[in-house]
Amino acid sequence: MNAALLIARREFYAYLRSPLGSALIAAVLLIDGLWFHFEGMSRPLLSAEVLQQFFYGASGTTMIAGIVLSMRLLAEERQTGTFTLLNTSPVRDSEIVVGKFLSAFAVITLMTALSLYMPLLIFVNGKVSWGHVAVGYLGLLLLGSAATAIGLFASALARSQVIAAVIGAALLGVLVLMWLVARAVEPPLNEFFSALAIHHENFRPFQQGILELRRVAYYVAVTYFFLLAATKTLEARRWR
Amino acid sequence: MIEIEELYKYYGERRAVGPLSARIEKGEIVGLLGLNGAGKTTTLRVLACDLLPTSGTVRVGGFDVVERPHEVRGKVGYLPDRPPLYDDMSVDEYLSYAARLKRVESKDLARRVDEVLGMTELGDVRRQLVGTLSHGYRQRLGIAQAIVHRPDFVVLDEPIGGLDPLQIVEMRGLVRGLRGEHTVVVSSHILHEISETCDRIFVIQHGEILWSGKEADLSSEVEHGMRIRLTVRVAGASPEAALERARGLVTGIAGVRSIESREPTESGDGIASLEVVSESDARDALCRALVSGEVGVLEVSRLRDLETTFRALLEEGAPS
Repeated sequence: MNAALLIARREFYAYLRSPLGSALIAAVLLIDGLWFHFEGMSRPLLSAEVLQQFFYGASGTTMIAGIVLSMRLLAEERQTGTFTLLNTSPVRDSEIVVGKFLSAFAVITLMTALSLYMPLLIFVNGKVSWGHVAVGYLGLLLLGSAATAIGLFASALARSQVIAAVIGAALLGVLVLMWLVARAVEPPLNEFFSALAIHHENFRPFQQGILELRRVAYYVAVTYFFLLAATKTLEARRWR
Repeated sequence: MIEIEELYKYYGERRAVGPLSARIEKGEIVGLLGLNGAGKTTTLRVLACDLLPTSGTVRVGGFDVVERPHEVRGKVGYLPDRPPLYDDMSVDEYLSYAARLKRVESKDLARRVDEVLGMTELGDVRRQLVGTLSHGYRQRLGIAQAIVHRPDFVVLDEPIGGLDPLQIVEMRGLVRGLRGEHTVVVSSHILHEISETCDRIFVIQHGEILWSGKEADLSSEVEHGMRIRLTVRVAGASPEAALERARGLVTGIAGVRSIESREPTESGDGIASLEVVSESDARDALCRALVSGEVGVLEVSRLRDLETTFRALLEEGAPS
């Protein structure tokens, strides 16, 4: 079996065995449910607007979950000394990073899939297109993938999980707040910063059920960039 | 074979190892001996490709650790000072995972895991969670993961750390059992442990090899001779007469430097003890001389105070 898949499988089971995975999924579903109830179901909105509200709320919890899940991936192994097993096995650093990423992304996917009952509830009294649901979920997964990659990079940098979480949250915060920077600067810089923002301009089309290839490319690029940065960080650590 | 040429490893500005050159032949069990902070762990981590050297060349099984780390890792099994164990897995699961990481083929996996469980006597805890194992079992499991892929080279960092006396004896047997199939490099700061298991010793201080050779040579070089205790018996003689007779017989033997009387190690008529310092191992010559002079030999033993020897070596520097 490919080493990355082997590592991913171990880590995925580790999430399921530990309280972290189930507690996080439960917490995210609770928050998503409350958000859906108060923001989507308690006001007179069109069905499509309810769905948009759901994706807007779920995007926030998905980003946080990505950071929380990934903070432990490398930092914890370094703390407990188990990273030595990976580091001295005939496994490439890129395989370690991809394996770790896939495990956290699998949890994000499971968590996101479990929230599907909420959009389905809209069909009870309303009507939305399946395309809108599918595109919105694609957006959540892409956003979750980017947040997980950012967290994984932070975990590669830090010696402890707490510091990894702080670095990951800070990086994610900077990318989220790019839309504010975009507002503050003149054209054409505002478009540049707006395009860099991890949520606003890049997530809104998914929220509205519009599939734009450049938005997909943005999230794939962010994921790839931070996974590459995490790999290079691991490589550099051997020289320290 | 492991070849180390002019290895240096710096942590920032601090030199942890270097200059260090050594050659370890196939099938040898070699001990790295040094105090904490001497550079043993860093050297072992470089051999296991956990760290890369700042400069110098390290070849393991013909592969350079910088240019071909992937190949080197496939040939080396490494037990760090803290075994890399996942507490949430069972012993079986953990070993299977380690074996797969180390490219053991699926068809050999179950057989290989069973073999190492047998070698390390972990069979009775194979279904147990790693987190519930005692320290001794954890060390054994650490060795099991290091050898599960049949590596040519096994690198063990302080394998007896924290073990009780019984577990130390078992661990010694386990390490000795690796002889032949594997080339073993083991570190310790306890000379006695190294001397019990290793064919050759490298004494490391401040990142450099201070001395290398066999433990017997280390004692004789640093103590400038070998100390031998003899207890003899001459029937019908007084202890004083027995001592004088024995002294007379061993005085002329080549290499004997000094003879001193000691308190007899056992009581009885005509029993005396003496301590002989010789330039080399003269035990057989001493016995022959005494027996041919009709003096019974009740005891002949080499006196070793290894830790004193080690301390003397570190304080004096390399013997000339």
